[in-house]
Amino acid sequence: MHLALVGTPNSGKTSLFNALTGSRQKVANYPGVTVERKQGSFVTPLGRQVSLVDLPGTYSLRGRSPDEEITRDVVLGRTPGEAVPDLVLCVADSTNLRLTIRLVLELKSTGRPLMLVLNMFDIATRRGVTVDVPRLSEALGVPVVTSIAVRKGGTADLLRRTDEISAQAPVPLRQNLWQPLTVAGLRATQREADRIIAATISLPTRPDTWTARIDAVVLHPVAGLVILALILFVMFQAVFAWAQPLMDLLSAGFTALGQLVHDTLPAGLLQSFLQNGVISGVGSVIVFLPQIIIIFLFILLLEDFGYMARAAFLMDRIMGGAGLHGRAFIPLLSSFACAIPGIMATRVIDNRRDRLTTILIAPLMTCSARIPVYTLIISAFIPARQIGGWVNLQGLVMFGLYAAGIASALGVSFVIKFFMLRDYAPAPFMLELPDYKMPRAGSIAIGIYTRAKMFLQRAGTTIFSMMVLIWFLASFPLPPSGATDPAINYSFAAMIGKALAPLLMPIGFNWQIAVALIPGMAAREVAVAALGTVYAIEGGKEAAEQIGQVLATKWSLATALSLLAWYIFAPQCASTLAVIRRETGSWKWMAVTFAYMLALAYAASLATYNIACALGAG
Amino acid sequence: MTSTERNDARPQMPLGLARRGYSGVIHRIAASDAGSALSAVELESRLIELGFVEGARVEVLHEGVIGRDPIAVRVENVTIAVRRREAMAIIVA
Repeated sequence: MHLALVGTPNSGKTSLFNALTGSRQKVANYPGVTVERKQGSFVTPLGRQVSLVDLPGTYSLRGRSPDEEITRDVVLGRTPGEAVPDLVLCVADSTNLRLTIRLVLELKSTGRPLMLVLNMFDIATRRGVTVDVPRLSEALGVPVVTSIAVRKGGTADLLRRTDEISAQAPVPLRQNLWQPLTVAGLRATQREADRIIAATISLPTRPDTWTARIDAVVLHPVAGLVILALILFVMFQAVFAWAQPLMDLLSAGFTALGQLVHDTLPAGLLQSFLQNGVISGVGSVIVFLPQIIIIFLFILLLEDFGYMARAAFLMDRIMGGAGLHGRAFIPLLSSFACAIPGIMATRVIDNRRDRLTTILIAPLMTCSARIPVYTLIISAFIPARQIGGWVNLQGLVMFGLYAAGIASALGVSFVIKFFMLRDYAPAPFMLELPDYKMPRAGSIAIGIYTRAKMFLQRAGTTIFSMMVLIWFLASFPLPPSGATDPAINYSFAAMIGKALAPLLMPIGFNWQIAVALIPGMAAREVAVAALGTVYAIEGGKEAAEQIGQVLATKWSLATALSLLAWYIFAPQCASTLAVIRRETGSWKWMAVTFAYMLALAYAASLATYNIACALGAG
Repeated sequence: MTSTERNDARPQMPLGLARRGYSGVIHRIAASDAGSALSAVELESRLIELGFVEGARVEVLHEGVIGRDPIAVRVENVTIAVRRREAMAIIVA
């Protein structure tokens, strides 16, 4: 039996979905679109196997965005490869039925078997909302059940009715009379909904006092921004500080594993492949897992509590100036840690165009992997001088690099808004601010579990194959016997580096830099170790200081500045590109991201190098 | 609410001009006057889907930081955030 969950945003659809299916969930994308397809399964008390899909939240069946088109098409049975639902469950927040009742009236016209689920019924009762369920069912002409998704056994009624309905099957299919509603049609259904509500539901005269009290502080023009900054500060701290011990542990574990392979196997290709290709390659991606879990913990908590919509409200005008949605704020901030969780976090943005813009600019936020490269070059080339008595020149350059990243992200977003994606109706900021609700540990845990699983699956497939490719390029062909130079200098990576050298000459890069950029595709900071390898310095990352001293003698200041400018954009991160490909479901947007970042990196380095040379730093 | 505010002769105005604390009743939707990026039909449809229909009670609960924009509006028992530009389409009294 196939069930589909439909409901307005904030109706508690996801917590009901989690309550029904537990961890038996599969998250994927609908083919060809950036819309998340969440499917799960459960068994009814009578032993019937049920598959359930959680459709994107919507206020109507008009299909004003790709997400809402999916909902409409699945309900109407128009999606190829998607089972026609035997029963549509329309989920409603019982404290807030007005908009859902209108949606139920519209869903009824599709002729699909339909049931209204009054979710969060306990909260509604506590607030003094009383619903005459039999009369409501009669007035709507559809079965109505109550549920408390977050409580054990809170879905018993729903499961029992599902069994009853499936026992009556086959239900004589009614005709689909649905057609896109005109403005007059919408208005008429809302009037009808208001009439039904007046006859069957009594509402308390006062709104939820807790929500009003919290909002008085949280949406206050001054206090609200201070609280937002505070939340972000804690989140940032958590991502950097709390994740660090775990990341070190993972990193040490992978190094130890690599060492074990190194010691057990005889020196040779297999040893190198397992240690440098497989273990260090996959390891360099999996170390991000703690950061991803912490970011999603915060995002899911804030989302379930109802704060995310408030953050969007506070940031809307500030972000809107650059053509970004208020909700893009958190994903972009996460990208300062790493673009991978940042891009994954863009799922909180409903509108496809807004989400795509955010994905495209997220890699421009200075991620933590650039820091080793920045610190290496800055400490080697920029004197630690005080300017004006209190500003450190090195710190100023670092700040400038961060600022340049943010400025270019805003600039790119602005360009996208005005020149690209014009076929898409822009989404004006219109958002329901739901009542605050206590987040539930179970639902949060399921959310984190699904994200972590997705990330690991990705690390196991796309990212892994890229890592193997990069290892191959850096290892083959093998150096001739008796070779004195580092092995990488004889590899395809060196050949590609030397072939690219003429192209990179105008921006001041020598072939050694070009070679180092190739393993740097695995993760940006690997370029530091790779530079060490190319210049035949033993000791890898630990020898960063030594690498710096060597670089200071081999490169001009102009070359160093040019490399810094390149790393503001650093288009070469394979993991980021793989995640973009996965999240947008298209190679095209991955290619677009790579191409535009490459172009910006080249242009910035070209300008930096030539200006620096002209000023005598060449 | 004082008796003068309940007066039917209360002047009509767009919700987009209302300040924090304003409360009133929706008179009509005039989507073509709003200057939104959306077409008039689309804007009107979205507003109705969020519950902005004639006769609904509205109250401006909060204002944004920059230019007092966007605004958080209580519509019956739902709170909706909209930009003032889109709220210009909602004529209240």
